[in-house]
Amino acid sequence: MHPAIQGLITIVIGVGGCVGYFYFSNMLLDKVLFPAKGPHAGRNINRANMIRPWLFLFPALFVLGLYLTYPVIETLRLSLTDRVPGGGYTFVGLDNYAQMFGEPKFWEAMRNNMLWLVVVPAAATGFGLLAAQLTDRISWGNLAKSLIFMPMAISFVGAAVIWKLVYDARPIDQEQIGILNAVYLALGGAEPQQWLTIPFWNNFFLMAVLIWIQTGFAMVILSAALRGIPEETVEAAIVDGAGPFQIFFKIKVPQIMGTIVVVWTTITIIVLKIFDIVFAMTNGQWETQVLANYMYDKLFRANDWGVGSASAMVIMLLVTPILVWNVYNARKEMR
Amino acid sequence: MDNIAGKKSSLTWAVHISVALLVLLWLLPTIGLFVSSFRTADQISSTGWWKALFPTEQTLTLRTKTAEAQTQENGVYVIEGNIYEDDPAGEGKGEADITSWGISSRDVSAFAPGDTAELRGGGTLTLEASGAYRMESVEEFSGSRGQRVFVTAEVPPEFTLENYETVLLSGNATDSMAKAFFNTLTVTIPATIIPILIAAFAAYALAWMDFPGRALLIAFVVALLVVPLQLALIPLLKLHLGIGIGKGYLGVWLAHTGFGMPLAVYLLRNYMVGLPRDIIENARVDGATEFQIFVRIILPLSFPALASFAIFQFLWTWNDLLVAIVFLIDATGDTTVMTRQIVELLGTRGGNWEILATAAFVSIAVPLLVFFAMQKYLVRGLLAGSVK
Repeated sequence: MHPAIQGLITIVIGVGGCVGYFYFSNMLLDKVLFPAKGPHAGRNINRANMIRPWLFLFPALFVLGLYLTYPVIETLRLSLTDRVPGGGYTFVGLDNYAQMFGEPKFWEAMRNNMLWLVVVPAAATGFGLLAAQLTDRISWGNLAKSLIFMPMAISFVGAAVIWKLVYDARPIDQEQIGILNAVYLALGGAEPQQWLTIPFWNNFFLMAVLIWIQTGFAMVILSAALRGIPEETVEAAIVDGAGPFQIFFKIKVPQIMGTIVVVWTTITIIVLKIFDIVFAMTNGQWETQVLANYMYDKLFRANDWGVGSASAMVIMLLVTPILVWNVYNARKEMR
Repeated sequence: MDNIAGKKSSLTWAVHISVALLVLLWLLPTIGLFVSSFRTADQISSTGWWKALFPTEQTLTLRTKTAEAQTQENGVYVIEGNIYEDDPAGEGKGEADITSWGISSRDVSAFAPGDTAELRGGGTLTLEASGAYRMESVEEFSGSRGQRVFVTAEVPPEFTLENYETVLLSGNATDSMAKAFFNTLTVTIPATIIPILIAAFAAYALAWMDFPGRALLIAFVVALLVVPLQLALIPLLKLHLGIGIGKGYLGVWLAHTGFGMPLAVYLLRNYMVGLPRDIIENARVDGATEFQIFVRIILPLSFPALASFAIFQFLWTWNDLLVAIVFLIDATGDTTVMTRQIVELLGTRGGNWEILATAAFVSIAVPLLVFFAMQKYLVRGLLAGSVK
């Protein structure tokens, strides 16, 4: 069967199944189990209303449980076991973690991830704030915004190709086709650089790609926050003789601090999971390894599920503070 | 900052210029790829893409007709023709006027158009700007090859659709994006539509139904928002292999549904909570069942949020690489998606920028279209998802 037809059938089954499930389960509840008539009508309505939310929730909860909750527990279990050749698992305690901590490649990935974690959210939020403030009051601001926002729609892999062309290097006697090297030579650089193979600094050239993508996101959200600032506070500052920079840093930024933190943490989470850019551009060579790519190497190239799961747990552990903070905020808000 | 007296004009200019610079900086990489996808392999490797927009000076090495073509006029041996037409290497360059030319590799621009050069073997050569030439000699021309001429010309910008033809229409499996394009579409559409309905029902329950444990469930969804999907790879692959789904479309649809679910529920719930309470309570008083309220009132009113999520999920599934390589693409590679295909090309054809750039642009084009057409909903969704 052609996959496209298979796809169509899946849509029909998926959507039809959903509608059918909700329709018939509600009918079953109202007409058969707890009919709203007869001697116990009142009690039946109450009971039906107690059960109904769970009918509505069941498919989503099932998917969430199976596809996100179960894997967390299962990965934890796998990280504590080793596969026995021929099938089955043995419990090995923290051996996988010990083995992983002994590998220099893991520490390289950790160091790089920390570097990404510091640089990318800061740079993307900073550029985003700058772009939001600058485009706020000019006539073609919306056009500028949508152009800066555009990389958001481009896949990490597409972005990797785009930036590989930017970083391309040719021998010195040929004309450069990578714009970075062309600019570098025009500014007096001695010879073209292979930007992606210079250890340590190449990390920053990879980060540039993610900053390029995420700045638009930061800009859109911060721009909305800037618009939400009450005019009176700004006007009062002007009356008191504040300059434009004072207004920006002392009046506007403190008022949108909450939003800045949200943007920052959202980008932080994306950074912790970063995989495609490194996978497509350097595949972790020349000391650019990151945790997610290290994990992929372990799981699918070395076929070592124990250590792979252990490194996945490390990513989970790094995400946990943000997870707790988000939940805390969400609960505070609901009260 | 409009109303800061005295500073307005200079500051406004500074703002305009810095925004222009910022936009240019953000656009340049993409424009580079876009321009490159319309250039031939030779053009890409000989000059930077930023020069493609302007005429370039190119030096070609061409040959005249061979001695066989000579005729005799008044006792003089003559070879006439057009240098562009007589040499296959000059094909298609005919529009470019010659600015200088030469007959020795040591001085390729010794002569101006219209000049006459003394040939080493005796005789003369006159070359016009259009490429027309005339060789004269009192002695018979000999030799099996024509006279070598170095021609320098301003070549106007030249673009081609050949790359798109290669990438989209050629049957070559390694270059072909056509199959990968349809595979990506096959992954994307069900993976976008199916989660919406499931999430909408759950979001309604979380927003408008009262039951014990509701707050806990919302916290649970918020927590799952940030769980890295890397954790899910091995356990779910094991599960899929165990229950017989294996690697394939069904698996990838289910996986995308699962991974998109927290955002879907969260976004839709946030939106539905903001709907006016009166409408829903009135409907309840009038005897509508919850199912009817949901289908007749909530779903139509939530259209903007549904559209936002649909765009997110579409962009995310279209651009995804990791989920596809783990859950979809098997050893045969029949089900390869575009992102995977591009990574393969990066490995095998890392130097062939014309193929790479075009392939990348084919995969980027659809999300960009969706992005520009539906930007309003995307922005609204982003705001609902992160700012509260």
